[in-house]
Amino acid sequence: MDTEKIMLDVEKIRKDFPILSRIVHGKPMAYLDSAATSQKPLAMIEATDGYYREYNANVHRGIYVISEEATTAYEAAREKVRGFINASSVEEIIYTRNATESLNLIRFTWGRQYVGKGDVIIVSEMEHHSNMVPWQMLAKEVGAELLYIPINTETGRLDQGAYQKLLERKPKLVGIVHMSNAMGTLNPMKEMTRLAHEAGAVVVIDGCQSTPHMPVDVQDLDADFFAFSGHKMLGPTGIGILYGKKKILESMQPFMGGGDMIKEVTKEGATWNDLPYKFEAGTPNVAGAIGLGAAVDYLNKVGMANIWEHEQEMAKYVLGKLRAIEGVRIVGPKEPVDRGAAISFVLKGAHPHDMASIFDDAGIAIRAGHLCAQPALTAHGVDAVARASFYLYNTKEEADRFLETVLKVKEIFG
Amino acid sequence: MDMYQENILDHYKHPRNKGKIEGADFQHREPNPLCGDVVEIYVKMADGKVVDLKWEGSGCAISQASASILYENLLGKTEDELNVLNVEKVLELLQTEVNPARMKCATLGLVALQKALQGQK
Repeated sequence: MDTEKIMLDVEKIRKDFPILSRIVHGKPMAYLDSAATSQKPLAMIEATDGYYREYNANVHRGIYVISEEATTAYEAAREKVRGFINASSVEEIIYTRNATESLNLIRFTWGRQYVGKGDVIIVSEMEHHSNMVPWQMLAKEVGAELLYIPINTETGRLDQGAYQKLLERKPKLVGIVHMSNAMGTLNPMKEMTRLAHEAGAVVVIDGCQSTPHMPVDVQDLDADFFAFSGHKMLGPTGIGILYGKKKILESMQPFMGGGDMIKEVTKEGATWNDLPYKFEAGTPNVAGAIGLGAAVDYLNKVGMANIWEHEQEMAKYVLGKLRAIEGVRIVGPKEPVDRGAAISFVLKGAHPHDMASIFDDAGIAIRAGHLCAQPALTAHGVDAVARASFYLYNTKEEADRFLETVLKVKEIFG
Repeated sequence: MDMYQENILDHYKHPRNKGKIEGADFQHREPNPLCGDVVEIYVKMADGKVVDLKWEGSGCAISQASASILYENLLGKTEDELNVLNVEKVLELLQTEVNPARMKCATLGLVALQKALQGQK
């Protein structure tokens, strides 16, 4: 396995990311926390910088050169995002702050409109809090019932039998994470969506961990809503996307009221702008959108299929060696099949926070804690895990340093 | 790793004075919501002094060892002496470097004690 070829020219890619040359605690930094947020390529940094330096102006307003330039760049980024997830129209691409805001937008608009007392909402037990708490709040607000698809902790997968049983309750909404941030599980989204549609539900997919790492096609998935964040896919913080099917978006009331989302305002009231602007009140994150567009360009240049393949290699390599360490328990699928390269684990006798401190001392950034997925961890009988997550710029040498440090932790706490 | 000195590991693996006291004079449960560490302290006083101290808890080595080490030093102390304990004193007892990111862990036992003394059950 050691000699297996990794397809990406990772050394070349690393040169595009200024931060990756940092030294921490006297060692080259190994950044293994891309599932929390990714690092940024120079092309993205320069795109946001260029907007502020050369054509900073508000969008959709000014009749002058730089405002036109800003609007063009802002809308061009939307088109790039559309192509990236293969949406059928830019009208279906709504800019938000992040995936959390995207999901809450659904809660406050579609949710309040279409979910009522006694209705059923289904989410999975492995959701990130951002695709769980909004539905808990909505259920409480309107008197709906929230049901959970359980995790099979042996396989690290959702219990599909239980899911089918739950669908008999004819839910209004089904919310499922495409790829779990806490367990790495890649859910059989197309099939689960098909089943939910058969039961008459609208399907909300959390694509935060899939979109940055693999080819995504929202039409092929048949997603009704699909949410993700820019900062996890080489883009800046503060920009996210909500994809929604045009027909559904058209039937929805606006989210926030204000500028840009209206067509006409009188003292008596207002009429709403066309899609997607109906859902984009106020001056948007122009620099963020332009940066996200540049990030999409970068990812396309490398190729999403290549990135996925690289991460599959990394997952296979790390899982194989990590599993072999006595006392390690992988939280999530143990085989490198239908899963990503965010690898969570616990080590007997060592608390994840202590592990993270020892990793930090070795110059390695990993995540420790509940990963904003407490119910998923509770299902596994743990309240914290350590997680190493790999991306296009991570090397096998970094994976080896990670594995050596696990052994060092074991030495200290064994 | 400088933080994980022998005494820290020893107290983490073999915490002293674990348990509960029924009818404690001071008692408080302090969780650290950031990482899920918990320390619950029980103090029994007689003639103005600590005659028994037990605690329960779970979490990382730094939080659990620092509670164990701090509490081991409190038997026989007066309430006034307990009230003047501070972060510096705790770090002195730990005899290790605690990096800033872990300071909340290192002082969880102290915070539990202080809140117990303030009567925040």
